[in-house]
Amino acid sequence: MTLKEFWHRLGSPKWFYQMSGPWQRAFAILAVLLIVVGMAWGLAFAPPDYQQGNSFRIIYVHVPAAILAQSVYVALGAAGVLLLVWRMKMAQLVLENLVGFGAWMTALALFSGAVWGKPTWGTWWVFDGRTTSTLVLLFLYFGLYALRRAIPAREAAGRACALLAVVGVINIPVIKYSVEWWTTLHQGATFKLTEAPAMPASMWAPLLVNVLGAYCLFAANLIAKLRTAILRQEQGTAWVREWAGREARP
Amino acid sequence: MMFDSWQAFFAMGGHGLYVWMAYSAAAALLVANLAGLRAERRRTRRQLQGQLRSGAEEGSDASEAP
Amino acid sequence: MFAVQFRRDWLSLRRAKDEAINPLVFLFLAATLFAIAFGGEPRRLAGLAPAIIWVLVLLANLLSLEALFRRDFEDGTLEQLLLLAEPPFAAVLGKVAVQWCMSGVAMTVLAPVVALLLNLPLAVLPALMLGLLLGTPALSLIGAVGAALTVGLRGGGVLLALLLLPLYLPVLVFGVSATLDTMAGVGAAAQFYWLAAISAMALTLAPFATTAALRISVEQS
Repeated sequence: MTLKEFWHRLGSPKWFYQMSGPWQRAFAILAVLLIVVGMAWGLAFAPPDYQQGNSFRIIYVHVPAAILAQSVYVALGAAGVLLLVWRMKMAQLVLENLVGFGAWMTALALFSGAVWGKPTWGTWWVFDGRTTSTLVLLFLYFGLYALRRAIPAREAAGRACALLAVVGVINIPVIKYSVEWWTTLHQGATFKLTEAPAMPASMWAPLLVNVLGAYCLFAANLIAKLRTAILRQEQGTAWVREWAGREARP
Repeated sequence: MMFDSWQAFFAMGGHGLYVWMAYSAAAALLVANLAGLRAERRRTRRQLQGQLRSGAEEGSDASEAP
Repeated sequence: MFAVQFRRDWLSLRRAKDEAINPLVFLFLAATLFAIAFGGEPRRLAGLAPAIIWVLVLLANLLSLEALFRRDFEDGTLEQLLLLAEPPFAAVLGKVAVQWCMSGVAMTVLAPVVALLLNLPLAVLPALMLGLLLGTPALSLIGAVGAALTVGLRGGGVLLALLLLPLYLPVLVFGVSATLDTMAGVGAAAQFYWLAAISAMALTLAPFATTAALRISVEQS
């Protein structure tokens, strides 16, 4: 199967449903393995930070959540382009089923950040560059959610949300830059693509495991939600009825 | 292993409250997420099977059921 | 097409005077409320004035955006415009330009009075007005996308605020910091460049997004 064929088939909900069962299982198993290993490693085996002590261990929750919060929004923007330009059916389902997950991850990033900030900075909340842009990200998720709820027609709601997500993705860099304009007390980004991290390997290796685990969770969660949503959307078609009959037997 | 005892592990050098708050929030979120997925899946399956049964009894099109 | 639409909307302002003027009255009224609420301490107010004025400008702009496409949407003109205008985004830009004249430009002109109410030092006034003039086009252009997405929806006003205020944040940050830096005697050239850059970017992208959003809204009705 060529890449182009794969791409076309990915646009078909029925094909996706029939193929994605094993994918979901694989991602779910990987996610559980990586997250359990990463969390245990981070909690018990990574060395404490010489300044922050053990509160540093919150990084293994905070950074994966923050990375997912942004990645999910970018994924929504990508799905938005697919829906607006190619009218891909699956993109609509992605837009409908990913907003909640992204919003919760953003909330977790904010919460774990506040809990980390208290022992480190002495305050739960500071309007510095990255906390502010994460908060704005949460509002962008709320906007997508509210817009979808406000438009009664499903297809129109999907396309409106697609457009809003694309506009949001274009705006995020500007928002991030502008809020960093105000002086910032956040530590620098933990992972940068261009340089080696400043942390010792014993600290960033568990973080890497957790971030990979978070991405697997993202994938497993998305596939699971899509599969259920496909069944709902395609109800009444022959293959879904066949599925319901098969599931009833055991 | 960075801790000598379970007490030391739970205390986290005095930062236990913060560390465990963050980790339990993450754990709660993951569990709630999984439970939500499973509940939605089960609800959908029941609904579709219900349609299948009522469709078979009446011999009508199952897609018309709400 | 831009000029045709601009003239048409400009003339129709006469019929819908209130819609254009009410947001400006709101700006005035809210600034007065702040001045009264801070009554005892005019000096403290001066330091907060840039933030207050900019936030009020964002809100007043939202109020005037709500009506941007509503009338044309209700009487079907919008559908014709999307079908017949060549190219449609030029006509959309014409409408937004009129809205900007009645919000951004008008608020810049009114800024001295609002600044007086809030005890802003006179020396800072040029920086405030320049910031408004450079920043408000972005507000109107980005706002038009939101207005186009929510036209015809019930409860569109609050929704519009929810969608747009996060996107307005960069303009707010650079606008306020330009005014504050001028007040502190530090140059604010960088912030003005940023405001101009954001407006320029909005000018190149937003009209297309607005047209696409209008298509979505018209098709579903």
